[in-house]
Amino acid sequence: MADFDLKVTENDGVILVTTNGYLNNYGGEQVASLCLQKISEGKRKFLLNLANTDMVNSIGVSILIEVIEELQGTSGTIAFCNLAPIVEKTFNIMGISKYAKIYANEEEAMAGLA
Amino acid sequence: MSTNPKVELTLPVMENMELAATKTAEVVAKSMGLDEMKTAEINMALIEACINAFEHSKSKENIYITYSIDGDTLTIKVGDKGEGFDSEVVAIPNIDEKINSEHKRGWGLQLMKELMDTVEFESSEAGTTVTMTKNK
Repeated sequence: MADFDLKVTENDGVILVTTNGYLNNYGGEQVASLCLQKISEGKRKFLLNLANTDMVNSIGVSILIEVIEELQGTSGTIAFCNLAPIVEKTFNIMGISKYAKIYANEEEAMAGLA
Repeated sequence: MSTNPKVELTLPVMENMELAATKTAEVVAKSMGLDEMKTAEINMALIEACINAFEHSKSKENIYITYSIDGDTLTIKVGDKGEGFDSEVVAIPNIDEKINSEHKRGWGLQLMKELMDTVEFESSEAGTTVTMTKNK
């Protein structure tokens, strides 16, 4: 269901994924598919800007664990920025923040990933 | 407002229909004067409860939601007519175990418990009802 879309850019070796809409199973699969493809192309740094995603569900987020898992095997990094407070709390409860850095905004994230 | 107002909602098992439940929750929470974060926590817990009802019940029947206001407490019940389950045997998820595991899902109950003040399950072969409360 198309309540979700994303935009991809690359900046200083960082794949920036900007999401828009509800991160459910469909959204999670879109993000994971893109990231896994980029990893297979040799990309190792990912930043997900969730400024326009104020609602997630655990299925969508759990699909992102696949990306974390894949990056672990390649010494890659994934980070998130512009999280709505409830999304950040959800990430904390699920432990995502243990494996991925969370930044306040894109500027701080890009500096952190440099 | 009437004493102990109650809102009832019936949802078909359809993709993203849990968002309809959150829209109603927002109206109810606003009427109680709940703050933005508590409303977001209710929404997240409700999404998980609905997904569980949709998916785990293995039922194609509607699910039933009631929102009851009693003073400063909002009680939400999400019921399905599925096969039921034993919440006591559901493992507490752990990210360290989920990584490199085939089964990465199973976070719904944990999220509900963390986000709401109380969460209780009643389940039988006739279905499951989860009752969640949030205090103002």
